Amino acid sequence: MSWKDELTKQAADVQNKPAKFGEDIDISRFRQEAADISQVASIDKLPDDIAENAKSVGINPGEDNRSGTFFQVDHSVILACQKKEMEGVEVLSTTQAVNQYDWLKDYYWKAAAVDTDKYTSMTELHQNAGYFIRARSGARITMPIQACLFIGTQGLVQSVHNIIIAEEGSELHVIAGCTTHPSVSSGMHIGVSEFYVKKGATITFTMIHGWAEDVDVRPRTGAIIEEGGTFISNYICFKPVRSIQTYPTASCVGKDARVRFHTLIYGSKNSLFDTGSRVFLQAEGSRAEMTARVIAADSSRIISRGHLVGEVAETKGHLECRGLLLGNKASIYAIPEIEGKAEGCDLSHEAAVGKIQQAQLCYLMSRGLNEDEATALIVRGFLDPEIPGLPEHLKYEIKRTIEMTSEKVM
Amino acid sequence: MNLLEIKDLHVEIEGKKVLNGLNLTIKQGEVHVIMGPNGSGKSTLTMSILGYPGYNITNGSITFAGGATSAGIELNSMPIYERARLGISIAYQTPPEIRGVKLRDIIRIAGNHPLWHPENEPEETIATPLLKKVGLNPEQFRDRDVGVGFSGGERKRAEIAQIFAATPKLMILDEPDAGVDIDSLKTIAIDLGEYIQEHDCACLIITHYRHILPYLKPDIAHVMCGGKILKSGNPFEIFTKIEEKGYCEYLGLCPPGIRDEVERGMKI
Repeated sequence: MSWKDELTKQAADVQNKPAKFGEDIDISRFRQEAADISQVASIDKLPDDIAENAKSVGINPGEDNRSGTFFQVDHSVILACQKKEMEGVEVLSTTQAVNQYDWLKDYYWKAAAVDTDKYTSMTELHQNAGYFIRARSGARITMPIQACLFIGTQGLVQSVHNIIIAEEGSELHVIAGCTTHPSVSSGMHIGVSEFYVKKGATITFTMIHGWAEDVDVRPRTGAIIEEGGTFISNYICFKPVRSIQTYPTASCVGKDARVRFHTLIYGSKNSLFDTGSRVFLQAEGSRAEMTARVIAADSSRIISRGHLVGEVAETKGHLECRGLLLGNKASIYAIPEIEGKAEGCDLSHEAAVGKIQQAQLCYLMSRGLNEDEATALIVRGFLDPEIPGLPEHLKYEIKRTIEMTSEKVM
Repeated sequence: MNLLEIKDLHVEIEGKKVLNGLNLTIKQGEVHVIMGPNGSGKSTLTMSILGYPGYNITNGSITFAGGATSAGIELNSMPIYERARLGISIAYQTPPEIRGVKLRDIIRIAGNHPLWHPENEPEETIATPLLKKVGLNPEQFRDRDVGVGFSGGERKRAEIAQIFAATPKLMILDEPDAGVDIDSLKTIAIDLGEYIQEHDCACLIITHYRHILPYLKPDIAHVMCGGKILKSGNPFEIFTKIEEKGYCEYLGLCPPGIRDEVERGMKI
């Protein structure tokens, strides 16, 4: 049996296996077929209606300050390119990469398990592209690569498999935006993402979701970080959605590997979020920082998980969740877990859920803001993406993106 | 012109009477000092002037001549932000920390300017000079979150920068000298004194100490106890007497039970 056949068999065995968390979605109620969409020559040739929504999730149609672009609409990859001068980086569709590189079998489903649940199964059995991004050994790609996964057809299920590799000593930044066409109200997105941070390499990955209100989203993410490597993952979602359940997991397998997860969520309307992150510290000197800032407004419900496991000595990790409730119908359920399995691991957690402090509101009001203005300022401040460890220009890019996203929503 | 006029003010907090018939009139440009033992109602007075929720006025009135005419406007049921816009500004004793809200932006808000945006204003021009004026290095403090990790002195300076930005008609200084070292205190007091002179701004200072008074040149001091003003007069004379005798003897009353509290409040 070939390696691919082996995976197909494993996937087929779990076709109906519900996920451990989140509402069980009946995938069959979504359509699987979508028309082919023709490629575009460059990002500025995107149709206006697509470009407009992509912009709201951080995709820059001018490609300024970007090293390359991947753009997928439904099941069609309409653009995958890197700027000419960016020799050290490669952007392909995963389908093409698997055909092109035999060695990719050593990465395919190695950071995330194909038999996790029906959604990983679906992705293996009916995979529709996804992106492959690789920074070659020693390459420092300081400008981010942008990747957009776009649903353009009403009621479609999109399942993609992404693989991101930073080879030894390289640096790679990715801004990934996921969104829908204005005419789409419902659909489903399944995105498997596997990250491989090799020795001394760095990946920062900023994912911005902006879905239609009746879309179900089930990302499945795994990361493996080798010696001296750094993985920084930011997740941002400010728009209402039907449901999102995700629990990205990182394993620090090499000495002094570092991981940072940062989650910013503004839940509104009837949105249901079950999000979190999990880190296994498996090598001496490895470190993890996991922070979540979540706001629940209207009737939204947010479950904010975190699981930090210290498997060996001389490891350190901190898990933090701050939740802000706006209104009486919203809820936040923070579930931080820490698990020490070796003497000499140093793990801690902090969780706080509450409403806006009256003292803060009154303070701002005594400076001349009315109650709504004061609330908005605190909310925006609460979601301020002060993410340590990002280069300045990237911080600015992410901030600008968040500003654009939040202006429309809040 | 009477800027602030408080007549027979009765205030309750959660049903508990705190102010019991307080009268106070402040004219434009006048500097008043309020002192008194802990629990005498000083903070309640300031919160009532500012319009904090939960401070229920059961009797009496607060009027403020903030409008275009000199006629006083009744503040009793006016929201906090409208009072701020009329020209009442406070430097809090212990301002809250607000994560994610930048010091430069709160200073701009106090001055009724929009939040800073680099695309409209490459170099920030509103908060920067004010931070400099109060002795906070703008490069270091512009982007700091309000109050987060500030020392006692930095906190006071940040508050005063907001007052300067607001150009109020009445400034309230709630223990501007608490938790500040003597050198910082002097520079803060000099800044404030100059500002009050220049702008003919009225000032209500709550304090337990006399150190800053020479710089602020108060016109009158009031001693509060039991939710009203019991004595008013020359600030320096009153301080001297209280330092000598203590509040109890000075005020000629010392009901059993509150004596300890009175002494605790008197670390002069």
